[in-house]
Amino acid sequence: MKKIVLAAAAAFTLTSTAALAAEAGPELLKRQWTFDGATGKFDKLQLQRGLQVYREVCASCHSLKYVAFRNLTALGYSEDQVKALAAEYEFKAIDEEGSDVTRKGTPADHFPNPYPNDNFARASNNGALPPDLSLMTKARVGGPNYVYSLMQGYEDPPPGTELLAGMNYNKYFPGHQIGMPKQISDDQVTYADGTKASAEQISADISAFLHWAAEPKLEARHATGFRVMIYVLIFTILAYLLKRKIWARLEKK
Amino acid sequence: MSTEKSVWRRAYEWHEQRLPIVSFLDHSIGTKYPAPKNLNYFWNFGSLALFMLAVMILTGIFLAMNYTAHKDMAFDSVERIMRDVNFGWLIRYMHANGASFFFIVVYVHIFRGLYYGSYKAPREVLWWIGILIFLAMMATAFMGYVLPWGQMSFWGATVITNLFSAIPVIGDPIVTFLWGGFSVDNPTLNRFFSLHYLLPFVIAALVFLHIWALHIPGSNNPLGIEAAPADKIPFHPYYTSKDAFGLGFFMLFYFAVVFWAPNAMGHPDNYIPANPLVTPPHIVPEWYFLPFYAILRAIPDKLLGVVAMFGAILVLFVIPWLDTSRVRSASFRPWFRVFFWLFVINAVVLTWCGAQLPEGLPLIQGRIATIYYFVFFLVIMPVLGWIETPKPLPASISTPVLKPAE
Ligand code: HEC
Ligand code: HEM
Repeated sequence: MKKIVLAAAAAFTLTSTAALAAEAGPELLKRQWTFDGATGKFDKLQLQRGLQVYREVCASCHSLKYVAFRNLTALGYSEDQVKALAAEYEFKAIDEEGSDVTRKGTPADHFPNPYPNDNFARASNNGALPPDLSLMTKARVGGPNYVYSLMQGYEDPPPGTELLAGMNYNKYFPGHQIGMPKQISDDQVTYADGTKASAEQISADISAFLHWAAEPKLEARHATGFRVMIYVLIFTILAYLLKRKIWARLEKK
Repeated sequence: MSTEKSVWRRAYEWHEQRLPIVSFLDHSIGTKYPAPKNLNYFWNFGSLALFMLAVMILTGIFLAMNYTAHKDMAFDSVERIMRDVNFGWLIRYMHANGASFFFIVVYVHIFRGLYYGSYKAPREVLWWIGILIFLAMMATAFMGYVLPWGQMSFWGATVITNLFSAIPVIGDPIVTFLWGGFSVDNPTLNRFFSLHYLLPFVIAALVFLHIWALHIPGSNNPLGIEAAPADKIPFHPYYTSKDAFGLGFFMLFYFAVVFWAPNAMGHPDNYIPANPLVTPPHIVPEWYFLPFYAILRAIPDKLLGVVAMFGAILVLFVIPWLDTSRVRSASFRPWFRVFFWLFVINAVVLTWCGAQLPEGLPLIQGRIATIYYFVFFLVIMPVLGWIETPKPLPASISTPVLKPAE
């Protein structure tokens, strides 16, 4: 009798899991990222390439507001290189007489928004708002694999699909109709470091860069994690030995 | 050896005569507190919960130093904590995941109480205070989740506060009162921050009462029988050392998540700033609320759903009287044990259902699981006490159970 009750309960839970498996969309493209795993680290050269892609392709529509130029030293650039890069941007300012002027960017500035406001951004993109990219890989299921897939997910719509005006078909985007046109194709950029710029390579580089932008403390987290775990492990072992020693007194009695 | 007392000893005695705090601690969790010698590792979860409360308060205070409770700045201030505050990422990940681990620990602690009958006489008041702590934790965690002002913060707050509108007549005024306006907005965020800071200290006070109430009858034990003085051992050093080991073991899991999967238990939508104009396709609360969310949505009527959801927790207050069996430990209750494990499985099913859209199979399963949830307390507990034949209880903790004559 008890067994029957338990078996019924097991069947009940199993049907739940089966229902869960039924509803998935197309599976995302997956990649081995250098930052995966317990000791994962960013590949600095890859991040530099990703920065180049962001600046040359995405920055005309997407802001990256939580990233400051000074943060770019983490990609292996020197302070002077960062200063020079920041100076390529212009920011609004007010001079001592109170007039509107523009000034050159400094390392303390953040990447600027390409649009003066959201309405302008929508108007320039058929009504779709290009979201800020600084947290993109943490704000979507699949993280960097999602961005990587999205970049390569453009294809002709299956026959019978009505595309709305200004929309593009992307198999990984929820609902498949996306306001962003296809951005990445082979040789879209010419990499400063000579890496061959296949569409796949570019997609991987921008995704890795955006993951750094979203989680800049990832390497520190992994490294601190190891030190903490070793400490806690030693503490646990010592506490266990101590506990055994203390409890052994009871048996002697 | 000198008979002179050292200056330290004299200072200590001087102080103890005026405020005997060391003796107080010694009587509470030290050598003068006798505990049954047969407590198993499920008895570690009380001290673990205390540890998590301390972690939440400490990390919370440091977060609050850098957090800005304003709808236009809250999200940015949390990102600044993550990026620019020294070890801010660690403090925030410890706090956000700490809430999850706090609930894991407390759920195990509650199930431990259910299994070993710790809610029965003479521990009813102790049990009540525990449920009050649980309720206060839920309120705290709910309001904390609103603070980063992401999409789930905003829409979770909207959905949950809206539940009160189900109350006839005064429902809508209550919701307006809670919001401090006509929608979840800046005033809501401000009061939630204030209360989120306050409630953990209310919890700390309740924990004090909880431990006080524990010391009157003393700890229950896996056999559920009274522990004779001979079967008790001093809390320190026996259980302090066991709790220290348990704490280390627990921290391995907690820190593994903090350092290697810090966002696994969160929802990606909460990294999108709150936007009152865009409703997320699927609003889900944090995992620890899912069983109750499933009960809410299992019932087609909004008011009854809310009543059932709160009833699911409030019923815990009366189980000392719903359970008619005088045997505490499920180890001696062959049938109760089966229904107890079914209840655990049922809780997992409810958690799963809470995360699904309320339609089709998940809705039906949610309904069946909701029924079992209440049947367990309202029918099985009273009836089983009458009809079940418990196994023979041992005379004391050290004497083995006598085999019944063949
Ligand atoms: C011509 C302007 C434009 C450019 C250039 C552009 N995007 Fe977009 N992007 C958009 C728009 C518009 C949307 C909003 C789409 C929508 O919501 O339908 C968008 C949305 C996105 C999204 C979010 C998709 C989602 O799940 O909501 C990501 C990720 C993204 N873009 C990445 C990139 C990357 C990476 C680049 C550079 C390689 C880039 N975009 C270049 C216009 C652009
Ligand atoms: C019972 C103890 C507590 C629980 C269960 C709890 C729970 C939570 C939760 C779930 C969040 C959202 C985490 C996120 O997703 O970012 C949060 C955020 C926050 N909590 Fe607490 N908390 C507790 C104690 C405290 C205390 C005592 C303080 C202040 C002294 C505090 C200050 C904050 C602040 C400032 C935030 C916003 C920052 C952030 O979102 O990371 N918390 N809390």
